[in-house]
Amino acid sequence: MAAELHVELVAADRSVWSGEATLVIARTTSGDIGVMPGHQPLLGVLESGPVTIRTTGGGTVVAAVHGGFLSFADDKLSLLAEIAELADEIDVTRAERALERAKADADAAAERRADVRLRAAAGPH
Amino acid sequence: MGAQLRVYKRRIKAVTATKKITKAMEMIAASRIVKAQRRVAASTPYASELTRAVTAVATGSNTRHPLTTEVEKPTRAAVLLVTSDRGLAGGYSSNAIKAAEQLTTRLRGEGREVVHYIIGRKGVGYYSFRERPVAGSWTGFTDNPTYADAKMVADPLIEAVLKDTAEGGVDELYIVSTEFVSMMTQTPVDKRLLPLTLEKADAEDGAKDKILPLFEFEPSDEAVLDALLPRYVESRVYNALLQAAASEHAARRRAMKSATDNAEELIKSFTRLANAARQADITQEISEIVGGASALADATAGSDR
Repeated sequence: MAAELHVELVAADRSVWSGEATLVIARTTSGDIGVMPGHQPLLGVLESGPVTIRTTGGGTVVAAVHGGFLSFADDKLSLLAEIAELADEIDVTRAERALERAKADADAAAERRADVRLRAAAGPH
Repeated sequence: MGAQLRVYKRRIKAVTATKKITKAMEMIAASRIVKAQRRVAASTPYASELTRAVTAVATGSNTRHPLTTEVEKPTRAAVLLVTSDRGLAGGYSSNAIKAAEQLTTRLRGEGREVVHYIIGRKGVGYYSFRERPVAGSWTGFTDNPTYADAKMVADPLIEAVLKDTAEGGVDELYIVSTEFVSMMTQTPVDKRLLPLTLEKADAEDGAKDKILPLFEFEPSDEAVLDALLPRYVESRVYNALLQAAASEHAARRRAMKSATDNAEELIKSFTRLANAARQADITQEISEIVGGASALADATAGSDR
């Protein structure tokens, strides 16, 4: 069996997803990072962005994460986010509306949040 | 119906109506405690992971950060007081306020100026009635706080701590809130939140003597700490808010339960009194009739003669 790492995706008010994975791709402030089993202990600051988790079963879980951290040690990866949503929880029409509204208000942060949601909802890329 | 009886009947009716209300409030509060406790439990994974990460950074790097550095001679302290928006919760809010007063006296005694921050309408009312200055207050979310609320509260507090004391910043941050011990016990506690004592964070993590791995920091340890510590404070504030909400509901449930019990007692004693009054009325009527009848009989007997 291939090596695997245990992933906990935790939002401030709930646990969003947890399970075994072979690869996790997240966006830190200095760029995208891919974590595989056996990675060196790591603590990083996350940017707003989609997180892609390749599960051991061959499936892919995508979540939109807004701000937070990633910490990896002993093949255990914790993704802490203030807000985290799985792709299938995201209400696309609502996110689109939010995007339009953010564009109209020239609110860069809100625009980015809505954009991240939409990209996560669009699936793995 | 006698006047006395009517009065009792009216009071029984009034108390019954009150009892219905308190009973409803008791049941609402009881269901909300469970919900609030569930929210406390749901926020635990985030809090414990965050504590772990903070401990890891603190032990894995020598970075100094204003939020973890002890000031040698603290001159100003901020006290965040968590009370409720609504009353009818027994001594919930006043106990928290009392604890804050004690802390304030203690801090003043140690030569610190105290800046107040207040959550909840009850606390705000207490301070504004006494015309005491309040640096910041928030209301409207105490019975169901969200993470965004905690963030809203924590942001200005962190800002105040980061600011230089000479420019109006504070050296320390205390939080006074009510801890949910059990359904029956909620105790007001004061905790020092900042500067962060990392030994304490260690102890909270459990007494495992595991050596933490050497972390690689992305992008740098300062940047990680910069981002991590405010989140940690937010999460602490969030946890305090959730515990306070659970305590508020528990306190309300208990207060309403005793109100309902008292109403029951009152109804019982009024019913007894009403029964006695009715019995007295009946007795009086009977004796009046008997008296009237015998008077009439006497009168007719007299006319016959």
